[in-house]
Amino acid sequence: MTIDSGTTTSYRAKATLPLRVEFVRQLRRRRTLVAYLLVVALPVMVSLAVKFGSNANSGRRLGGGTPDLVGLATSGAANFTVTMFFFAAGFLLLVIVALFCGDTVASEASWSSLRYLLAAPVPRRRLLKQKLIVGLALSLGAIATLPLASFAIGLVAFGSGPLQSPLGASYSLGEALWRIAAIGAFIFVSLLFAAGVAFLMSVLTDAPLGAVGAAVVLVIISNILNAIEALGSLREWLPTHYSQAWLDLLAPDVDWTNMARGASYSIVACAVCVAYAVYRFDRKDVVS
Amino acid sequence: MRRVAVRTFAAALLSIPLLAATAAPAHADASELRLPGGPTSTDDPRPVSIDATIYTPASTPSPAVILAHGFGGSKADLDERAAALADRGFVVLAYSARGFGLSTGQISMNSPDFEVADARAAIDYLSTRDDVVQDAAGDPRVGIAGGSYGGALALLTAGYDSRVDAVAADITWNDLETSLFGQSEVTSEPVLGVFKELWTGNFFGAGVVNRDGSVTECGRFTPQWCRAYTDAAADGVVTPESSALMRASSPSSITARITAPSLLSGGQADSLFPLAQLNANAEQIMAAQPDTPVKVVWHGGGHDGGVNEQERLDTLAADWFATYLSGDSASTTAFEVTQTSGSISTQNSGAAPVVLQAPGYPGIHGSSQQDVPLAGATQRVLAPAGGLPAAITSVPGLGGALGSALLRPVPGQAASFESAPLPEALTVIGASTVEVVVSKASGGPPVDAALFASLRIVSSSGRETLPQGIVAPIRLVGLGSTPRTVAVELPAVVANAAAGDRLRLVVSTTDFAYRMPLPPQLYDIALGDGILAVPLVATVPLTTGAAPYWWLVGAAGIVLLLVAVMIRLRPRHPEDAVAELGDADPLVISSLSKRYGDGYLAVDDLSFAVPRGTVLGLLGPNGAGKTTTMRMVMGLIMPTAGTIVAFGQPVHAGAPVLARVGSLVEGAGFLPHLTGRQNLDLYWRAAGRTGDESFLDEVLEIADLGSAIDKRVRSYSQGMRQRLGIAQAMLGKPDLLMLDEPTNGLDPPQIKEMRDVLHRYVESGRTVIISSHMLSEVEQTCTDVVVMHRGRLVGAGRVTDLLRDSAGKRLEDVFLEIVGDDLTVGLT
Repeated sequence: MTIDSGTTTSYRAKATLPLRVEFVRQLRRRRTLVAYLLVVALPVMVSLAVKFGSNANSGRRLGGGTPDLVGLATSGAANFTVTMFFFAAGFLLLVIVALFCGDTVASEASWSSLRYLLAAPVPRRRLLKQKLIVGLALSLGAIATLPLASFAIGLVAFGSGPLQSPLGASYSLGEALWRIAAIGAFIFVSLLFAAGVAFLMSVLTDAPLGAVGAAVVLVIISNILNAIEALGSLREWLPTHYSQAWLDLLAPDVDWTNMARGASYSIVACAVCVAYAVYRFDRKDVVS
Repeated sequence: MRRVAVRTFAAALLSIPLLAATAAPAHADASELRLPGGPTSTDDPRPVSIDATIYTPASTPSPAVILAHGFGGSKADLDERAAALADRGFVVLAYSARGFGLSTGQISMNSPDFEVADARAAIDYLSTRDDVVQDAAGDPRVGIAGGSYGGALALLTAGYDSRVDAVAADITWNDLETSLFGQSEVTSEPVLGVFKELWTGNFFGAGVVNRDGSVTECGRFTPQWCRAYTDAAADGVVTPESSALMRASSPSSITARITAPSLLSGGQADSLFPLAQLNANAEQIMAAQPDTPVKVVWHGGGHDGGVNEQERLDTLAADWFATYLSGDSASTTAFEVTQTSGSISTQNSGAAPVVLQAPGYPGIHGSSQQDVPLAGATQRVLAPAGGLPAAITSVPGLGGALGSALLRPVPGQAASFESAPLPEALTVIGASTVEVVVSKASGGPPVDAALFASLRIVSSSGRETLPQGIVAPIRLVGLGSTPRTVAVELPAVVANAAAGDRLRLVVSTTDFAYRMPLPPQLYDIALGDGILAVPLVATVPLTTGAAPYWWLVGAAGIVLLLVAVMIRLRPRHPEDAVAELGDADPLVISSLSKRYGDGYLAVDDLSFAVPRGTVLGLLGPNGAGKTTTMRMVMGLIMPTAGTIVAFGQPVHAGAPVLARVGSLVEGAGFLPHLTGRQNLDLYWRAAGRTGDESFLDEVLEIADLGSAIDKRVRSYSQGMRQRLGIAQAMLGKPDLLMLDEPTNGLDPPQIKEMRDVLHRYVESGRTVIISSHMLSEVEQTCTDVVVMHRGRLVGAGRVTDLLRDSAGKRLEDVFLEIVGDDLTVGLT
C-alpha cells in the first residue's frame, strides 16, 4: 500500500523495518557481542583446561567399560565439538536464545522506541515478524558458531580423529560433519520452545531481563519436573523432555523417533507462544 | 513478572517430595498366614510350615498369582512386586521357600517331591479361597512367577501341575548340570563342562548358616544336595546320584509338558544361567507344545548385574498375567531384546539401553547368519600352573561394572583371530558359532583342557569391548597332540558393531570364575574353516508411539491451524478511504472515548477538528487525557468508542495514513547504544519510505547537536534527547506534526528557535499540534487551542478569539477560568 505524502517520498508497509535494518539495530548491541564471545570462549576454556589441567587425558573410563561422551572429548575435533554441544545446549545456548528472542520487543518498550516504530507506522504483525526472524537468526548464528569455533579449536588442540561414539562406533569426517550439523539443527529446534516463551514474555512485559529470565526459569522448571521419576510417562509431554534426544545421532543406526517427538513439541509450543504473542500485541494498548 | 516466576519456581521445588510420596505403591490389603507345604523329607511325611503373605485386590473374585523368590531371599523381597500385582487386580500369594525365611524344612533345590509339592499345596490353598476365580472345583485360576531359583520353581510347577494357567520365569536354568558345568562345544556327545566354582560356592554359601545362627557342614541343605556339592567342589566329581538330583530339579525334565502360556526372560549379563539356558527352555516348550504361547525376553540384566530392567520386567509379567488370566488383549510381540548400548543416555551421555522387538522368536542362532571370515595364524598359549593368573571377565556375586582393562586376557594365555574391518554396521543378536582347532603342545599324556572363547568388537580406534563380559567355557577331555576340531558356540550377546569395526575371537586358557586344571600345559590353537557365523535378527525398536514423521506431520498441522486462526483473528478495520488530499482536515476526532482496562475513563466523548495550516495547542492539567488522545492519534491505543480520521482516512494501529503524521509523545525513544545520527538514519530506513532522503540533513540542523550527533545517545542530556526527538518527528516533513511538551529541557534561545521552526513549518500548509503546560509559550506559538479537562473537551477556539473575549487577560487566566476550581496542583 502506498500513499502519497505530498512530498517526494512514499510509504510502503512492506518496506518497513527491513531485516537489514533490524540486524544493524541488534548487531551493534554489546549484548549480542558478549553472547557470541561466550560461545567462542566455552571451547577455548575447555580445551585449555583439558590441555593444561592436572588430569589431562584421564577421561572417564571407569564403570561401564566404554567411555562416555565427555571421556571421548579429547579424541579429536569432531568429538570435542559434540562434547561442547553437550555442555552448552542445556544452559548457555538456552540463555542466549532466550536473550535474543526475549529481549527484542521488551527492550524497545523500555527505550520508548517501540511507540515511534509503531507510529512510523510499522504494522504490528510485521514488527513481530521481523523481530522474531532476526532473533531466531541471531540464535541460529550463535548455535552455528559453537561447532565452528569448537571444531577449529579442537583441530588445533586434539587433531582430526574420527568421531567416536560412546556406543563404540567411529565415523569418518564426512559422516561426522553431517551428524554435527544435524545435532546443531536439532538443538536449534529444541530451543524454539524457549524462544517462543521468551518472545511471548517480551510482548507481555516491558522488562527485557524479565522476559529472558521467565523463559529460562520455565525451561529449568520443565527440566526439574522431567527429573522427577515419580511423574513417570507424564514427563514425555514436557516440552524439554526430549531436549537431549540429539544424542541418538551418535548411534550407528539413527533412531529419529525421540528427535521427531522433541522437535514436534518444541515447534508446537513455540507456535502457540508466538500466536498468543501476536494475538496480544494486535490488541495491546502501547503505553510504554 | 520476575517475582511471579520465582514463586512458581519455588512451588515446583516444594512439590517434589509430595509427588514422590503419592507415587509410592498404594498398599493392597496384605495378611500373613502359615500354610502346610509338602512332606518334610522322604522319611518324614509331616508337612513343612510355609510362611506366606496373601495380598488381595480391591475387587474380588479375581485370578491369583503365586510369587517365588530367588535363592537366599525370602517372601519379604516380593512385597513391592506383590502389592503392584494386587493393584493390577490379582490375588497374590508370596511365600518363603522351604529352608528360607521363616519357612521350615531343608533346601532341596526345587525338587519335585519337596519345593514343587509346596507350590502345589499353595495352589490347593488358593482353590479354597472364594476371592479367587475358580476354573473348576479344586482348580483356581492361577499364574506363577519368579526369578532365578523362583523361576525354575515356576517352570517346574507348571510342568508338574496342570492347574497352572500362566508362567513368568526370569533368569533361571533349564538344566542345572550344564549351568554349573559350562560347556560350549557343540557336539552330539557332550561331556561335562568346566565347573563354575565361584558361582556354585556362592550358591551353597547362601544356605550354610542354620536358622539358629550356627554353622554346620550342610547348613539348611538336605544331605543329598550337601553330598552332591561336596563331591563337586572338593573332588571335581559329578556322581550319577548328583546328576540325577540335578536332572530332577531341572525344568528340562518337564518342559515338554508345559502348556501354560510362558513368559520366559533371561539376562544378557548372566554368566551363571546364560541366555542359552533360557533358549533351551523356550525351544523345548515350543517344540513339544506348539500351541503354548511363549514370549521370550532377552533383557540387559542377569546374575552379573548389567542393566537393571526390573520395572519393565514386572510390567511385562503383569501384562502377561492380565492377558492369560484375566483375558485382557494379548501382547503382540514374541521376542523382545534389549540392546544395552543402543542409545546414549541423556543423563550422563554414556550408553543407554534400547528395547528391540521381533514378531517371532528366532532362537539363539538368529533368523539368519552372516558369515564373517576370520584370519590368524596358529598360536601357542599357556595354561598356567594352578590356573593363575587368571583372566577376569566377571566376578560372580559382585555384579558387573568392571573396568575395560580387566577384560583383557592375560598375555601369553590367549589366541586371537580377527576379521577385516566390517564393510557395514552389524548388530549381533544371539550366539555366533566358529570352529577352532586345538592340540596339546607340551607333550606327555592326553589331558582334560579348559578353554574360554569370547567374541569381542574392536573399533577402528583400537578400543576393544567384550559384550556383557561373557565368555564361553569349553572343556575338552583327553586332548593330545593330535589337533582336534572343536565347534564352539560363543556366548549369546546383543552387540553393535559399526562399519569399520573388527570382530575378534579370543580363546584363552584361564577365567577367574571357573575351576581350571592345575598342571601347566601349552596348547596350539588355530582356526578351523575360518568362518564366524554371526546371528542376525530383523528387529525394530519397541516403540509404542507413531512413526517419527507422524509427529512432525502433526506438528506442522497444528502450526498451519494456528496460522489460519491467527489470520482470522487479524484485527479488522473499515476500508481505508481513498485519500482526498485537497479538502480533508488533517485531523478530525469524533466522539472519542477511551476507558482503560482498570475502568479509568481517560478520554470522554471528545470531538474536535484541526484545520490545515494551524498550530493547535492541546491544553489541560495533568490527567486531562491529552497524552491518551495523542497516543490514540498515533495508533498506539485503541479507542473504546469514536473515530479518528486523519486526512480523510481512519486511524488505527498501523494505518498507512500514519506515515503522514510525525510525533513526539512523552519523551524521545532512542536506541542508547547507537549515535544520534545512526538512530535517525535507521528510523528513517525502518519507516518504509522510499524516495528523497535529504530530510536527514535538514532535521539534523533543527536538532542542532553539533558533533554530539555522532556520540551514543546513552551520553545525551535530556535536552539533547528532546531535540533529537523533535528532529525524528519531523523526518520526512510529515503533514501533521504532533509534539508533546516540545520545550521540555530546552533553554530560552532554543525555545525561541523552536517557535520559529514551527511557524515556518505551518507556512508550507502543514499542521502542528503541540501540548504544553507553558501557557505563555502556547500563547506565542499557537493559532488555535483545545482545552481538555478530565477527558472532556472544555474549550476550543482561536487564540486570538479567546484573548479578545477576555480583554487584557493572558491565556493562563482564560485557561484557569475554563478549567475552573477543579484545577489541582497539576499545572506547572
